Amino acid sequence: MEDMSLHILDIVENSIRAGAKEVHIRINEDAAADRLEIEIGDDGAGMDRATLEKALDPFYTTKSVRKVGLGLSMFREAARAAGGDLVIQSQTGKGTWVKATFQHSHIDRQPMGDLAKTLEVLTITNPDVRFRYYHREDGKEHHFDSNGLYPES
Amino acid sequence: MPKLTIEELRKKRESTKKSIYLREGNFKGKVTVHMGTCGIAAGAREIMSTFLDEFDDREITDIMLTSSGCAGLCSEEPMVTIEMEDHAPVKYGKLNPEKTKKILNEHIIEGNMVEEYILGIGSERAG
Repeated sequence: MEDMSLHILDIVENSIRAGAKEVHIRINEDAAADRLEIEIGDDGAGMDRATLEKALDPFYTTKSVRKVGLGLSMFREAARAAGGDLVIQSQTGKGTWVKATFQHSHIDRQPMGDLAKTLEVLTITNPDVRFRYYHREDGKEHHFDSNGLYPES
Repeated sequence: MPKLTIEELRKKRESTKKSIYLREGNFKGKVTVHMGTCGIAAGAREIMSTFLDEFDDREITDIMLTSSGCAGLCSEEPMVTIEMEDHAPVKYGKLNPEKTKKILNEHIIEGNMVEEYILGIGSERAG
């Protein structure tokens, strides 16, 4: 993946496939602390402990059409390459929460990319899912909520 | 920072939602962009975005636009599946925005498949 917006799209696609009806995307850029955090939480099917332990293994996937599952492991590699890491929490029937951290100024920290395009594609092609986006950038906050954008929601 | 403002996004969605919300109406076709990890890494978001913009510009409201996961042909990404009424699904691979527009014009609008980009015709089966 070339940038954070594509990693986010990929991780949220996991949420969609897990049947999520609400997905939260939270980005916190704190230049003073030289830290970037990206969190994605959903109310999808979640994973049991055994699945969760394998979720970051690139040679584990739930898909039957191929034998590798690179999305989460690539996001973790991107975080580790930039002085951070990735953690996942999940509970069957409750949902999954992924948090990636980065050293904001790290030379290998990927750029944010086109976050608006990621949100656009997600909201338009998944009208039944509520997307809530919070982006804090050195004290300034941007919010986006797909609720109310469609007639029946 | 984002190239689109939230307000622009809202306007775009207002116009595009017509094409999403006619599901009970007379859809004459469905476009599925494969958005697995492989697809996204290969540029699937640009393909989806091209369809959204073109549907918006041309006011196409009778084609459903949706996404799905990996179809197992990762090396052929970005891929789309076009299903037109009364026809078998057609998979196209290694797309870019130009090829996407050609498929839109020739296959979706005029009804002629673009042979040179076809990967396969018929239903996929997960193996």
